[in-house]
Amino acid sequence: MNRLVDLAKVLRSKNSGPFEITLDILFDNPASYRRVTESGIINMQKICQLYHLEPKDICNIVFFEKGLGIKITYNRPVSSGTSGDRDVYGAQQHAPLMDILIP
Amino acid sequence: MKKCFKILSPCGILGYGFPIESFLNGIKDQPHAIVVDAGSTDAGPHKLGANTAIVSRQACKKDLEYIITAGFENNIPVIIGSAGGSGGKAHVEWTLSIIEEIIAERKLKPLKQAVIWADIPKDVIRENMKQGKVVPLGKTVPVLTEKALEETTGVVAQMGIEPILEALENDAQLIICGRAYDPAPFAAVGVFHGFDRGIAYHLGKVLECGALCCEPGTTKDCMMGVLYEDCFEVYPTNPQRKCTTVSVAAHTFYEKDHPYILHGPGIVLNLENCEFSDAGSGRVRVSGSRISETAVYEIKLEGARKVAYRTFVVAGIRDPILIEKIEEVEELVKDSVIDQYPEIPRDQYEINFYNYGKNGVMGDLEPHNAAGHELGVVFEVIAGTQSQASALCSSVRSTFMHYGYEGRKSTAGNLAFPFAPSDVEFGAVYEFSVYHLMDTVNGKALFPIEYRMR
Repeated sequence: MNRLVDLAKVLRSKNSGPFEITLDILFDNPASYRRVTESGIINMQKICQLYHLEPKDICNIVFFEKGLGIKITYNRPVSSGTSGDRDVYGAQQHAPLMDILIP
Repeated sequence: MKKCFKILSPCGILGYGFPIESFLNGIKDQPHAIVVDAGSTDAGPHKLGANTAIVSRQACKKDLEYIITAGFENNIPVIIGSAGGSGGKAHVEWTLSIIEEIIAERKLKPLKQAVIWADIPKDVIRENMKQGKVVPLGKTVPVLTEKALEETTGVVAQMGIEPILEALENDAQLIICGRAYDPAPFAAVGVFHGFDRGIAYHLGKVLECGALCCEPGTTKDCMMGVLYEDCFEVYPTNPQRKCTTVSVAAHTFYEKDHPYILHGPGIVLNLENCEFSDAGSGRVRVSGSRISETAVYEIKLEGARKVAYRTFVVAGIRDPILIEKIEEVEELVKDSVIDQYPEIPRDQYEINFYNYGKNGVMGDLEPHNAAGHELGVVFEVIAGTQSQASALCSSVRSTFMHYGYEGRKSTAGNLAFPFAPSDVEFGAVYEFSVYHLMDTVNGKALFPIEYRMR
């Protein structure tokens, strides 16, 4: 088992417009990309559990082999920069992904 | 048609700065245009709602001095996208005042300028709302109401390439765009010179972030983009960085909802079948970018409104007994303040605590919700007026400071304030109240162009 953070080259979060946050998991080699995607661990259920979301709040989970990356986009519970938001740029919401264990 | 067309992007946001050597290296490579994106909604709704810029005037002027002077000296067009950050009237005027100052101070010869406004009159939006032509952009964006529109400071829309092409056709040498789709100013100059729209738009998507697609990546350095008939190449002008096929491919993911489908004004860009190849010396070649035009030309509207006022305090806590029961004490402090202000209806204010060092960033989502030996606490009151927010916040501060929680030993005070005074009047809090798509007849109709010799 390896932690996702040790397999990914880039693990980041950012606003995709003020109403969504997008998580990118990018790899620098096809083997790591395939190992993670084929494990099936990155899925709707896992993301809902980590981010306390309902499936309807997840806009996309896209696996893009050519870009060696996985993109997950979800609706923000609070739009960027208004009262109650804790992360205006959405730049620090990726940390829960890091500890995902990949066989 | 030129065989190739070079566009220099000095930095990811005008005013973020760039190393002068990188810029001069770029100029040495004889670009055919300098294009810079100034815009972003990343910094939140305040910039658009309060008509303020995303960078300081001094920072913006510093960058523009190099860019405008180089444009003049080399007789190449300069295009600024989303002037002033949000690209509204006030932001464009702010940028124009800086440009005029530079032209006067450097005694530059007058040249033809085009200013492309991106403010959308509320009456136009109302008319379209009646016809069902204004729809929320995202499931959590509320349907636009008359009330929300009325309360919105001003509405801008992202322009596509069409008005910029018209300005170029009219020989404008310096083009200052209001709110623009970030890649559009880059794409426009390429399309104007006969290059493929899909390739030009994809290049724009890469260049609008400056050197972010390099290794190491940054928005604060220069990138060159070179358009060819069937591909484009990008390279950093700073020899300490390089582009790799992975770094450029990865950049197509950046800050958008889908990895290879991008929606822009009147277009959909499809990057699924792009090929990224190493062109040597830190250059990457990209081909296969496809574009299609949408049946209806939709533009993205953006607007923000004031929703409340905030006063906040920053404090440190080092007492382990208090850290152990921090949330419990905060709740007790909050209840006490609510009791102290029966005259302010409870639904007219919020008291929030953010415990940095525990779960300040992620709140309830935090998987490692445990504190270390000290905590940074930010507490805020959000209320209908600044004076109410400050009155309540001062009571939160004094109550918290002296709260006699169960088991307390530090009976002289609970909080270490780093600053005096401790209470900070933040001013207004805004929210994005307009984030909608609106149908329009074409890409030019709502973006008037003003020409001037300055």
